[in-house]
Amino acid sequence: MKKLLLSSVVVLIGFTFIGRLSYLQLFRFSPDQILDDPAIKKVYDYPERGYIYDRDGKLLVGNQPAYDVMVIPREVKPLDTLEFCSLLGIDKPEFLTKMEKARRYSPRLPSVLVPQLSKEDYAKLQEKMRHFTGFYIQKRSLRYYNTQSAANVLGYISEVNEWDLKNNPYYVAGELKGRTGIEQQYEEILRGQKGVKHIQKDRFNRDIGPYKGGKLDTLPQQGKEIHITIDKTLQEYGEKLMHGKRGGIVAIEPKTGEILTMISGPTYDPALLVGRQRSKNYSKLHYDTISKPTWDRSILAQPSPGSPFKTLNALVGLQEGVIDTSTKFRCYHGFYVGNTLRGCHCGGGVRDLNSGIYQSCNAYFAGVFRRIFDKYETTDEGMDIWEKHMKSFGLGDYLGTDLPTGAPGRIPDVAYYDKWYGDGRWAASTIISNAIGQGEIAATPLQLANMTAAIANRGYFYTPHVIKNIGSNGEIDPKYTEPRYTTIDRKYFDPVIEGMTNVYNYGTARWVKIPGIEIAGKTGTVENYIRVDGERMQLTDHSVFVAFAPVENPQIALAVYIENGYYGSRYAGHIASLLIEKYIKGEITRKDLEKRMLEKTLEHEYAKPYSGEPFEINEYVW
Amino acid sequence: MSGRGPFGRLDWITVILYALLVFIGWINIYSTSVGEVSTSIFDFSTLYGKQLFFIGLAALGIIFVLFVESQFFERFSSIFYIVSIVLLLGLFVFGKTIAGATSWYDLGFFNLQPSELAKVATSLALAKFLSDIQTDIRTGKHQLYALVIILLPAILILPQPDPGSSLIYFSLFFVLFREGFPIYYLGILIFAVVLFATTLMFGTVWVAIGLVILTLLIYTFKKASVKIPILPVLGVIAVSILFSLSVNFVFENVFEQRHRDRFALWLSLEKDEEKLDEIRKTIGYNTYQSEKAIESGGFTGKGFLEGTRTKGDFVPEQHTDYIFSSVGEEWGFLGTSAVILLFSLFFLRLIYIAERQKSDFSRMYGYGVISILVFHYFINIGMVIGLLPTIGVPLPFFSYGGSGLIFFTMLLFIFLKLDSNRLKDGI
Repeated sequence: MKKLLLSSVVVLIGFTFIGRLSYLQLFRFSPDQILDDPAIKKVYDYPERGYIYDRDGKLLVGNQPAYDVMVIPREVKPLDTLEFCSLLGIDKPEFLTKMEKARRYSPRLPSVLVPQLSKEDYAKLQEKMRHFTGFYIQKRSLRYYNTQSAANVLGYISEVNEWDLKNNPYYVAGELKGRTGIEQQYEEILRGQKGVKHIQKDRFNRDIGPYKGGKLDTLPQQGKEIHITIDKTLQEYGEKLMHGKRGGIVAIEPKTGEILTMISGPTYDPALLVGRQRSKNYSKLHYDTISKPTWDRSILAQPSPGSPFKTLNALVGLQEGVIDTSTKFRCYHGFYVGNTLRGCHCGGGVRDLNSGIYQSCNAYFAGVFRRIFDKYETTDEGMDIWEKHMKSFGLGDYLGTDLPTGAPGRIPDVAYYDKWYGDGRWAASTIISNAIGQGEIAATPLQLANMTAAIANRGYFYTPHVIKNIGSNGEIDPKYTEPRYTTIDRKYFDPVIEGMTNVYNYGTARWVKIPGIEIAGKTGTVENYIRVDGERMQLTDHSVFVAFAPVENPQIALAVYIENGYYGSRYAGHIASLLIEKYIKGEITRKDLEKRMLEKTLEHEYAKPYSGEPFEINEYVW
Repeated sequence: MSGRGPFGRLDWITVILYALLVFIGWINIYSTSVGEVSTSIFDFSTLYGKQLFFIGLAALGIIFVLFVESQFFERFSSIFYIVSIVLLLGLFVFGKTIAGATSWYDLGFFNLQPSELAKVATSLALAKFLSDIQTDIRTGKHQLYALVIILLPAILILPQPDPGSSLIYFSLFFVLFREGFPIYYLGILIFAVVLFATTLMFGTVWVAIGLVILTLLIYTFKKASVKIPILPVLGVIAVSILFSLSVNFVFENVFEQRHRDRFALWLSLEKDEEKLDEIRKTIGYNTYQSEKAIESGGFTGKGFLEGTRTKGDFVPEQHTDYIFSSVGEEWGFLGTSAVILLFSLFFLRLIYIAERQKSDFSRMYGYGVISILVFHYFINIGMVIGLLPTIGVPLPFFSYGGSGLIFFTMLLFIFLKLDSNRLKDGI
């Protein structure tokens, strides 16, 4: 025993050590350790971010150089502080504070002293830079915007946050990433692939040469340029028209599903989110919770669609065979639900499909809606059929566009009403508001524009998208080039389109005819309510308009939605007609109308509910 | 026999193992201290150059030892012991302070660390005392004498402060165990260490509950024929609980914060992740860095001179106490296990040699040598791989440093010299 004691101790120690070493070097070891090895610094070589062009090849977004003044506190030699401060455009106390901050961060590592100098300041400073040891200028690339429009479509880039870092190993703190819009959607294409150099460091973080002679280093891959479907001219023009108005406009090329313009009002100049004032501007935009400039109304607002939705009910009625073009309903300046008269502004009388559409007769469509449901034995069955038709137009669900945000809208179904009213406790007359596009239906301007494009195409649409070409080969996701068919046969579209054409000829939009262009459209006037401090108030109606033109060879289909713009043709109709004229003719002949639309604002309407005083809605005064 | 000269009966296996350890050690010192500018390995301004010089001095030491008559060491062991005690005392007056510890004499060209010398002297003196025909280790009086021989230098070294070197002297208890000192003392010591650690980790209440449960288990599963009287068992439990209570007192009132932090890290006492992180970055920084360096070596290592953490100087004191982390990073698991294997073989060979001695003095001295070396090896590597708290002792033959290398070498070769003469002066 006593002779073996020390030998056993030696063997035991040996096994313990080998065990511990296996744990450390075999079990805990992972080959990616190079990623967090403090001895290896990775220096990145960032490629230039890809440019963004509009559908005609006009530059929308490029890059501009910016110059950061950097400092390595330990290497700073005594300097002429006054001269340096005046070159940098800061005062001495500020300079000293910044130096102290940099020193606290690290005396050995570079810190940004003054970020993003302008080109002029840079030019002045550069000549003198050699007098200031310990300081140097680092060039960075910032986004440059060749337009003041389309901020919501283009999106912006910003520094990656903790969530990004956790979820995507590509990014390193301090890097930039597309945050919204196209910048986010096509982030990987635009950014390219950064190159990396591995530098061996000592514990004071000084470079001591390339790691493994640069064997693991990679070269950067250039970001690709992309072309988007937005028409720069139309987008800029539309945003001017939206001056002082809230709402959303979406225009689509029906033949392709390409989004020509996507406007949200109010909007902002995308250049605000670049440069030294970025965070200040961002807070200002972000905390404007009343007009919400960063909230893209063209794809996120989900109001009831109003009367434009009547065209779909007409199509469903025709498809289901419950009406034909000559079927007539009488309008008693309204229609009865039980003993209650629901109003109608069409003027009354006997309405058929054509005049029902162009005079936007509520009674006519209430009749059509009831007949659709009457065809089936149970309300549930009728509801399912109706829902199926509606959803085939891309309503009630996300459309699948290549935009990172969106809203599904709503097409109510059996389950929805069963939950609302109880199973078997509702019927077509209960939900009759859906006949005229009020009620529980909700749709984004994008969905309305797409629905209009489907009508323009007489029965199908392409998933709306903003991407046109990527890089030089130009390939885009095939899902954007496959037609999606609605459940309505082609032949039923012509009578409805005729009615929509007559909206311009004799109907609710006869005031907004464009000489030389035949337009099919439909007005909408949408009642709406808000809650301010817990009090429910009715506001002036939303003005809605959908249209496509020219009728026989549609080049543009659009939906215009103006918050509290009152009746359909008042704002939305006028703006739509100006956009159509601009797009098809390239110039505006109706200068008076244009001037009025450019100047008119709705700010007084938007102020009403917050004034704290009683107010009138739907005032006729201009 | 003596006609074959001083190298005649040297145990060459040990010598080869020794040379291998010194060589591998130097290779790693080279790796930790080589700069970008490649200079000659004989450049004495560099650490690896100096170590090469020390290796040369050690070789001279070997030759000196081998030429001295082997009886010399036995005969003069008491003198050596007294001289080293005097030298240790002298440090209080003439000592030179390096890195906060007053452990050196400044000899101009060389800093002499008497605690290293004292290791050799104490081993010799203990062997001399125990091998005396009149000494009977089973008597309490002689046990006390042996304890005094061992603990006197340890106590003198402690206030330098150099708790690591102090601790090393306790290794000499293995000599006593070999020579008939009751082994259950070791059992008691281990039990005390376990009690110490468990008290810190779980608190006195749980330790007491654990002891009671353990006792009940023993009584339940023991053979019916085995009778264990209950009173002494209760006594042991009572003493253990008292000890456990005193641990808390000592830990809170006698230990300093830095000691508490080391234990907190070692036994994972600190549950607050933030504080633990703080401790890791301060007091546990060395251990953390060395563990990380070893871990990053993986199975095959990064290759000679390719260790990123070694090159970047991330592990403090890597050329001295933390030299093993360089092996881990650059040579991987293959390298570390090879070194462990090499050390184990080396020790087993020495134990084998010690056991074949006919002279009691030689055997006892041999055991002293082995115990001291094993203890250094255990504490050093245990600390570097994060098994033990931070205690600064060098890794024999590996770590950079003149005093260490030379005295370890002398320690070893005195034993080999004695071994080479075992047939001549046996009985």
